[in-house]
Amino acid sequence: MSVAGSTIYLDYQATTPTDARVVEAMLPFLNEQFGNPHSTSHAFGWEAKDAVEAAREELANLIGAEPREVVFTSGATESNNLAIKGVGRFYRERRPHIVTLVTEHKCVLESVRRLEREGNRVTILGVGADGLVDLDELAAAIDDETALVSIMTVNNEIGVIQPMAEIGALCRSRGAFLHTDAAQAAGKVPLDVNAMNIDLLSISGHKMYGPMGIGALYVRRRPRVRLEPLFDGGGQERGIRSGTLPAPLCVGLGTAARLAADELASEAERLGALRGRFLNAIRARVPDMRLNGSAEKRIPGNLNLSFPGTDSEQLMAALGGVAVSSGSACTSAEVEPSYVLRALGVEDDLARASLRIGLGRQTTEDEVDRAVDQIADEIERQRSPDAQSVA
Amino acid sequence: MTANVYLDHNATTPLRPAAQAAMIAALSDPGNPSSVHGFGRAQRRIVEDAREHVARLAGVGTGQVVFTSGGTEANNMALANDDPHAVLVSAVEHASVLDSASAAGRIPVDANGIVDLDALGRLLAGATVNVIAVMLANNETGVIQPLADVASLAREHGVRLHVDAVQAAGKLALDLENLGADTLSLSAHKIGGPMGVGALIVRDGLALSPLLKGGGQERRRRAGTENVAGIAGFGAAAEAALADLDSAGGLARLRDRVEAALGAEHDVVVYGARAPRLANTSCLTMPGVAAETQVMALDLEGIAVSAGAACSSGKVEASHVLAAMGAEDTRAGEAIRISFGWNSTDADADAVVAAWRKVHATAQGRRGEAA
Repeated sequence: MSVAGSTIYLDYQATTPTDARVVEAMLPFLNEQFGNPHSTSHAFGWEAKDAVEAAREELANLIGAEPREVVFTSGATESNNLAIKGVGRFYRERRPHIVTLVTEHKCVLESVRRLEREGNRVTILGVGADGLVDLDELAAAIDDETALVSIMTVNNEIGVIQPMAEIGALCRSRGAFLHTDAAQAAGKVPLDVNAMNIDLLSISGHKMYGPMGIGALYVRRRPRVRLEPLFDGGGQERGIRSGTLPAPLCVGLGTAARLAADELASEAERLGALRGRFLNAIRARVPDMRLNGSAEKRIPGNLNLSFPGTDSEQLMAALGGVAVSSGSACTSAEVEPSYVLRALGVEDDLARASLRIGLGRQTTEDEVDRAVDQIADEIERQRSPDAQSVA
Repeated sequence: MTANVYLDHNATTPLRPAAQAAMIAALSDPGNPSSVHGFGRAQRRIVEDAREHVARLAGVGTGQVVFTSGGTEANNMALANDDPHAVLVSAVEHASVLDSASAAGRIPVDANGIVDLDALGRLLAGATVNVIAVMLANNETGVIQPLADVASLAREHGVRLHVDAVQAAGKLALDLENLGADTLSLSAHKIGGPMGVGALIVRDGLALSPLLKGGGQERRRRAGTENVAGIAGFGAAAEAALADLDSAGGLARLRDRVEAALGAEHDVVVYGARAPRLANTSCLTMPGVAAETQVMALDLEGIAVSAGAACSSGKVEASHVLAAMGAEDTRAGEAIRISFGWNSTDADADAVVAAWRKVHATAQGRRGEAA
C-alpha cells in the first residue's frame, strides 16, 4: 500500500489500515442508524443493539468463545488494564500473585507494576534468545497463590508466537487464570480459547484491519473469571465495562473479525511468501544482518532485523519512501533501545540498529522488492566511509 | 424502522455531516499517530487539529484536553484518584459519577432539581472531602446547576470541583476557568460526534494519575492508541456545535411549543420547569400512563423518546434524579424525556404533540372502558 505519495507502508504492527469492507459495514451506523444501543424504548436503539450483538458473535467466532463472554472496550490497552487490574484486585486477598513476561506490551507491564504497588506479588519472567518463554521456568514460577499468568500470544516487536496451548494447560492444571494479549495475534494465527485454556484474551480493532478506538476482552464464564471493573457507571457489558457502546465501532470490529477468520489461512500463506522474499532479498544485499526472535515460531507478517553498523533512527529518517519502525509505536519517540530486544540478549548497539518490518493485507511483491532496495541502499550509504566521517 | 422522528438527543445524537465526513476521511488513511513516519505524522495532525476544536468548545488551551473513550471514562478518570469516601457528588449525577463516590454524603437538590447550597456548605464543613462533582446540566431534566456558587464553595473549602458537562456541551457556552472547575467531562456523541470518544478537560497544573497506563499517549495521562477517526469526528462536531451554539438556544422554541400544547390541556407535570434548563430537554408526565407504555406507544407512532437515561433504560427502577427532586413515585413513573437536537424541526415538535395526544386519548379511552 502506498498512500502519502509513493511511500510504502510496512508498519502493520503499529496499526493496520481499516479495510474498505469494514468501513462499508460501518457507514450505515455513522448515518441513518445512529441509535444508542442501550436505548430500549425505540427502534433506533434496537437496531443499534442488534448490530452490536451480531458483531459480538462474529468476534466470539474468531476465538471460539460464546458471544456473552465478549466484552467490548476502547482498545487493547483498556482490555489489558481491565484484565490484569481487574483480576489482580478481585483475587488479591486469596491469590495475590501475578506472573508475566519481561517482553509484554507496556500496558501489561505498567498494569502489573501498578498492582505491585497496591500489594500484589509479582514475578516477571525472562525469555530465551528466541523470545519464547521457558515452560519449566513458568511452571516453577506459578504457586498456590498465583491468580493470573499474563503472556502475550504474539509479540508486537518481534512477532514471536508463544506456545499458548502448553501455557494454557499448565495454568489450568495449577489453578491460575491465563490472560493473553492477543492484539497482534487475533486474525493472524488461529485462536481457540477452549482448546488453549485461555481465560482472558485482549483484542484490538486497529491491529486487525478494524477501526481504532475499539477492542474487546474475552472473559471466560466456565470456570468463571471475576473482575473488578475499571469504570463505574451505567453498568453496560454486564457490569464489567460501563459506557455507551460505540455501535459503529463494534460493527467495524465484528466485520474485521469475520474477514480475518475467512482469510486467515490464505493470507498467512501469502504473507509468509512475501516475508521469505523480503528476507532472502535483504540477506543477499546485507549478509551480516541478524533476525531477532525465533524464525519459525513467528507470525508471517513480521520481521525484526538488526543491521550492524547502522543506526535505526537515522535509517528511518532517511527512508523517505518506506514507513517502518524501530519498535513499538507507543515508544517511537523514545531513544532507549527496545526492552524487548534487550530481553533477548541483543546487545545495545545492535538493538539500536534494528528495524521492525510489518507486512500486511495490502503489501505486494513489488512493494517488498522496492522496500528492500531502498533499505539496503540506505544501509550501504550509512556504512560507507563518507557517511562515517560525516557522522 | 418504525420511528422516524428522533427526539432522544440526550441519549445520543445523529452524527453531524461534517463529523461523518471527517471520520470517513480519517478511516481511509493508515497510520498510528505515535509512529514517526509520514503516515503516523499525518494521523497526529488529524488528532491535534481536532484537539484545537475541542479545546475551543471547552474554552481551554489544547494542552488541557485529554481524549478518552467517552464521558464515562472521563468521569471515572476525574474521580478515580480519590478515596470514594472523600468524593462528594450531587444526588442527580449520571451513574458514572454517582458510582465513583461512596453512598455517604450526597448533595441534595430541591424540588426544581437545583443543588442545595446550604447543605453543600454543611457537608463540606463536616467531612473530609477531596473533590466534589456537580454536573452542569442534567441528562434527564436539563436542569442547569448554579456552578458559580458551587465553585466558590469549593474554593472556600479548598476542594477540587469536577463538572460533568456531557449534556451541557454544545448547548451552553463552556469556559473551564469561568466555571471554576478543575476538570470537565465531554462526550462526542452527545454533540453530533461519534460514539466511543470523549475528553476530560484538566486545569493546568493538576496532575491526575491515569486510569489506563502503558504507552504514554496523551502526555502520559491516558494510554492507548488514539481513536483517530473518532477524534476527527469529535473535532468536527465540536467546531459545528460551537458555531451552532446560538441556534441550540433556539431549540427552546420547540420545547416550549410542546410544553405549552400539552401542559395547557392536561394535568401534566414538567420537571425542572421553574429552574434554568437546557433549551432542548423536556421531562414531562402523562398522567395515569406508565412511562414504559408511553415510549412504546410513541414509538409505534413514529416518535423516538425515552423514559430516562439510556444506560439505565433497560431497568424498570424509578429515576434517581426525579426521586432526588422529591417527585412522587407514581408521578415519576409517568415521566418521559423529550430531547431535541441539531437536526430537529418545528414539524418534529408538532408530531410529538399529535402522537402524545393520540396515546393519551387511547389510554383514557381504555380507562373509561374499564370503568
